[in-house]
Amino acid sequence: MTISRRGFLKVIGATGGALTAAGGATARASTLAAADEGGVEFNGMLIDTTLCIGCRACEAACNETNELPEPKVSFDSEAVFAEVRDTTPAAYTVVNRFANEKKPEEPTFVRKQCMHCNQPGCATACLTKAMEKTKEGPVVYNKDRCMGCRYCMIACPFDVPKYEYDSPMPFVKKCTFCAPRQKEGLQPACAEACPTGATLFGKKRELLETARARIQAEPDKYLHHIYGEREVGGTGWLYLLPAQPEKYGLRTNLGTTPYSELTAGFLYAVPLVFVLWPSILFGLNYMTKGHSEGEKEVETHGHD
Amino acid sequence: MATTSAGSAVAAEKVSIGKELGRAFRFFLSELKPKGKLLTPFNVITGVIMVVGVALIVIRFAFGLASVTNLSQAYPWGIWIGFDVVTGVAFAGGAYVLTFAVHILKMKKFEPIVRVTVLNGFLAYVFYAGALLLDLGRPWNVINPIIGNAFGLSSVLFLVAWHFLLYMICEFLEFSPAIAEWLNWPKVRKVLMALTTGAVVFGITLSTLHQSGLGALFLLAPSKVHPLWYSHNIPVMFFVSSIFAGISMVMIESFFTHKPFQARMGHEIHANHDAIMLGLAKGAVGALFAYFFIKVIDFVHYQLWSQLRGFYGAWYLFEIVGFVVVPTALFLIAIRRRSVKLVQVTAFITAFGVILNRLNVSVIGFKWYEANRYYPSWGEIVVTLAIISMELWVFRWVVNRMPVLSDAHHEEKGPDEGQVIRWKASA
Repeated sequence: MTISRRGFLKVIGATGGALTAAGGATARASTLAAADEGGVEFNGMLIDTTLCIGCRACEAACNETNELPEPKVSFDSEAVFAEVRDTTPAAYTVVNRFANEKKPEEPTFVRKQCMHCNQPGCATACLTKAMEKTKEGPVVYNKDRCMGCRYCMIACPFDVPKYEYDSPMPFVKKCTFCAPRQKEGLQPACAEACPTGATLFGKKRELLETARARIQAEPDKYLHHIYGEREVGGTGWLYLLPAQPEKYGLRTNLGTTPYSELTAGFLYAVPLVFVLWPSILFGLNYMTKGHSEGEKEVETHGHD
Repeated sequence: MATTSAGSAVAAEKVSIGKELGRAFRFFLSELKPKGKLLTPFNVITGVIMVVGVALIVIRFAFGLASVTNLSQAYPWGIWIGFDVVTGVAFAGGAYVLTFAVHILKMKKFEPIVRVTVLNGFLAYVFYAGALLLDLGRPWNVINPIIGNAFGLSSVLFLVAWHFLLYMICEFLEFSPAIAEWLNWPKVRKVLMALTTGAVVFGITLSTLHQSGLGALFLLAPSKVHPLWYSHNIPVMFFVSSIFAGISMVMIESFFTHKPFQARMGHEIHANHDAIMLGLAKGAVGALFAYFFIKVIDFVHYQLWSQLRGFYGAWYLFEIVGFVVVPTALFLIAIRRRSVKLVQVTAFITAFGVILNRLNVSVIGFKWYEANRYYPSWGEIVVTLAIISMELWVFRWVVNRMPVLSDAHHEEKGPDEGQVIRWKASA
């Protein structure tokens, strides 16, 4: 959280934006990749759904890299497209098929996984810092800290964290953005496996430029909106879509306010209450001392 | 000379403390025995519920949450959070309201019911906030936010967790003089009495913050809580409604304890019962009025007219009119007519409204758009009832033994113990 805030302030300084226009400033910050003092920029991923052929190579690579259990239906099968799937504790990413009205023979495939928000709701919610935004971009889960309250699941606007309800020793499970691979200088397994470049790994700032260039080059092919650019203050993963996001199960009523700001006002009030309430209450208590029982007390003081 | 006599005094003190602890322990063991008939309908029913509940809790820890609850990936929180914790803690609000009235404002009228209310509040936290542990996937890690190997300072839940813990300590301190009286430890009692004002002030501060904090938890779900219930003011609403939630629970508790605990009841509580109830009704009316106006402001601010259509619109009006406006009117009528009966009836309506509100935010209106909605499993309901039963058993055990409802503590209590001790020490 602190990283992204710092990044946010730096961006404001760099662009000379006015702090007073908070709304405008937030939108601006989310269009640029946040970089920390060391110059580390957030990595991101650009999902160009018009390039996705629904081969599910990303699912297979994810399964292998994260050592997840063997799926019931093989990764070669298209049977899974019969219904819209959600991620599970055993599948951090899923590809879904959606009808294409313009060209029925070419359906649209859209992946779902963690969006790796710039200022994530899950990390804001977590009271043990089990969910953390790293300065490289991935939102990672520190399983040893987790107490299993599932507040991250309540807070996630994309319903990404999944829980092992069947286990007596459960963990929260979600896409890691292959943070360990990124540390080794590798790109995430799904991006490496993608044969068409529909999943493209890179610096978020550069990916945004790529996305804009593609929309400009083929304005009829794409919806003129990069999903994830402004949603919930900006996400690490960006989507290029052929039509309105709702059609692909992507929510559009999430707003552009970073989730960390939703509770900031309340949390700022806490120290105030901690200073004001005891002062006022002790004061009131002192004032009312003479009311019912005070007479004798005054006498005892008189003896001193 | 002074040192030797002091030394022998200390040694004597040590021996007597050892003896005293032994006596207190034997006394405690003797008090563990049940009093009264065992096979009453209440005991049998709650007993069966508790046995089944404990079995379900064992199953839950052996096989995971899915074995007992209907929780799902779409609905991570069910009634164990929405009812046990979020609603249960609101009902425990009576303790901070009454300690404020009696210890801070010195409203003597309510003094006879302070102890029983604080006891109720304390037990509510122990059992209902304790129920949180059942819901946690890895409850042994609950110490993580306390011992500080990972402080999630940006989390409202972090604040709530700490405040639960600290407030339980405050309420225990507020109640502890009754325990000292029961064990016949006058010296300990004096020390504990001196701590009361501090515990009360700190307790009210903590209550303000975690009652509102429970509402603030849902600030992070703006797209999931139904627009009729989501608001930036939700922390204020939760705080204000905890005032009348707490007061109505005090009334309900007195309604149920008045008959069965008559023998334990002191003269004061008995004689002033009606005046106390009517006084509480006035307090509840004030809080209800404030709550209603916050709701109105919110309704206008968020332009909720368009939301009033459909089931949730009607459901919202049902809550606001039926359980905020109506109880306000009924309390006012009851106060005018000095009708304690009507106060008690209204207390039940008010309390039901609070349950409705908390569930609307946390369960009923939460992800109202999903196709497969959450509803509690029978196991979740039985465990909830078992927790309530346990609380009632412990409550009864304490009230039957310690000076909670009796006014014995008033007779021996000086005007202001804390002051007297300080005066003696300086003399």
